[in-house]
Amino acid sequence: MKLHEHQAKELLARRGVPVPKGGVASTPEEAGRVAGEVGGSVVVKAQVHAGGRGKAGGIRLASSPAEAQEAAASMIGTRLVTHQTGPEGVPVRSVLVEEAVDGAMELYLGVVTDGAAGGVVVIASQAGGVDIEEVAASTPERILRVEIDPTVGLRDYQGRKAAYALGLDARLVRTVAGLIGGLYETFVELDCSLVEINPLVVTRDDRALAVDAKINLDDDALFRHRGLAELRDEAQEDPKEVEAGNAGVSYVKLDGSVGCIVNGAGLAMATMDVVGGAGARPANFLDVGGGADEAQVAKALSIILSDDGVEKVLVNIFGGILRCDVAARGLIMASEAMPRAARPMVVRMLGTNAEEGRRLLAESGLDIRLVHDLNEAAEAIAG
Amino acid sequence: MSILVDRDTRLLVQGITGREGSFHTRRCIEYGTRVAAGVTPGKGGETFDDVPVFNSVEEAVVETGADASMIFVPPPFAADAVIEAVDAGIGVVACITEGVPVLDTVKAARYAQDMGAALIGPNCPGIISPGESFKMGIMPGHIHTPGRVGVVSRSGTLTYEAVNQLTGLGIGQSTCVGIGGDPVIGTTFIDVLGLFEDDDDTDAIVLIGEIGGSREQEAAEYMEDDVTKPVAALVVGQSAPPGRRMGHAGAIITGSGGRADEKTRALAAAGASIIPSPGAIGATVQEMIGA
Repeated sequence: MKLHEHQAKELLARRGVPVPKGGVASTPEEAGRVAGEVGGSVVVKAQVHAGGRGKAGGIRLASSPAEAQEAAASMIGTRLVTHQTGPEGVPVRSVLVEEAVDGAMELYLGVVTDGAAGGVVVIASQAGGVDIEEVAASTPERILRVEIDPTVGLRDYQGRKAAYALGLDARLVRTVAGLIGGLYETFVELDCSLVEINPLVVTRDDRALAVDAKINLDDDALFRHRGLAELRDEAQEDPKEVEAGNAGVSYVKLDGSVGCIVNGAGLAMATMDVVGGAGARPANFLDVGGGADEAQVAKALSIILSDDGVEKVLVNIFGGILRCDVAARGLIMASEAMPRAARPMVVRMLGTNAEEGRRLLAESGLDIRLVHDLNEAAEAIAG
Repeated sequence: MSILVDRDTRLLVQGITGREGSFHTRRCIEYGTRVAAGVTPGKGGETFDDVPVFNSVEEAVVETGADASMIFVPPPFAADAVIEAVDAGIGVVACITEGVPVLDTVKAARYAQDMGAALIGPNCPGIISPGESFKMGIMPGHIHTPGRVGVVSRSGTLTYEAVNQLTGLGIGQSTCVGIGGDPVIGTTFIDVLGLFEDDDDTDAIVLIGEIGGSREQEAAEYMEDDVTKPVAALVVGQSAPPGRRMGHAGAIITGSGGRADEKTRALAAAGASIIPSPGAIGATVQEMIGA
């Protein structure tokens, strides 16, 4: 789960990470008021779950409360389109108004889980303020990684070591080492998958401030952080993905024309690749889950049929705990409920009660082509 | 022979009386697995079918000599169950549970590693050795057939797809291991490749990866020097966009290394036979081993 910048900064500030003075506003008037309280020049930042805000007009400098109000008015209520969003963009419902910080140096600090390291890794770089993935790809020597042993956690010396490696002056080493400690503490206490400050701005008067911050939470740990679960902003997510998620179906909308319904994430990705191999493009990733029932399969199909871009549907069920006859009933249920949205379906069923499932579909009168394997499925999609 | 388990393995099931635990325990027994014991705190002294149930893993191990464990306990308690099994001296622990908090897995996986136990998963289908009539996991037993190809995969149903294709062509399996779809897991591709390399009854290996992380590249690097047996590899998620999680918590492209094409390239460079499409798993292996 992603958090907004202002939420991330609030959580970090509570753990001793200094952030610029400011506040969040959900109306232009409020933004003007916050700018007045902060005083001087401010930055008005659209609060959305997407990077690339600056280039998309989602970050504006204002030298007075009136200008801040005007900047906020140009953002709140609109949809921001960045290189990370689709063409439909994401809604801006609030802005963060903060003191404009004049930096002498911009650093990157992050904490992530890393599969290869089998745990948590602290990442630091002098190349702050730019996309860290690009830095990692083009100049990997500018990225410092410190692997943390989970049994002893982050030790103070590791924070200092990172700060020294960043080439910081002695006075700043202690500050930045402390910040790394705060980041790690936040990461572990809140069960994050990512905590990032980019950039960490070092001002001319040697203050270090988290000018932009990002926190992603581990969805699987939200059960022990009830307060954090409430910070979710569903408006930032695709409504169909939210609807699917609420039904226990894992769905990601893509922009192709072949809808996919599969059980199991790996097989779902494989099925998307079959579509790609047939010269078409998948309209979605969809995993109905291992123990799906009729209603979940029906929900899956109804979500796909409500996507206007879908021209065909490919169903691939490897029956196990999910019985193929149950899946077939779900498909028929949704098709009958939405007769005008029906699209030709290619169905491959295998495993538990596959014969019964295929019989039900064959007798349903729906436009369904039954295939036996993935190669035949590819031919049916291409043809 | 097989890797990790064999017909003499005495299986323990943690969470044996739960809905999933009881269902799959019965399927394992039907397949031929010796299920020696179950653990459900508070239900010690009861029996599940004919299997004695204990309050703790330690008790179960002392009383029955159980030496492998399959875990079905709910996500908040799964890491604790892993550590309990490791502490009781269990050498192979398959954590089937999906949705374990990553930081819990980080600790449990490190603990297992330090104690010399093999943790499989979490969020995995488990292990099956058809020639040993042994399965500890949730895979459908009947699609497997004894043979000499080892299968290792990050996925569940896609592994069944692979096995089904192999069996359909008369190619049997020595052992199939699902290592799990989470970003942090216990046993990795490298560990399993090493075990297959040393296993006299495995002639060839099928490796099934997916987008996200760098496990396939690590596997490729390992293969260069340490694997002499032929490996056929498939990496799925060619059409997945960056930054979006494809179901599995670990299946998300966060850097170029997480992309399917990068992983495929690394595996090809390490000498793997690349499986051109998910429908060609069996055919590629058949060609590779000349079966």
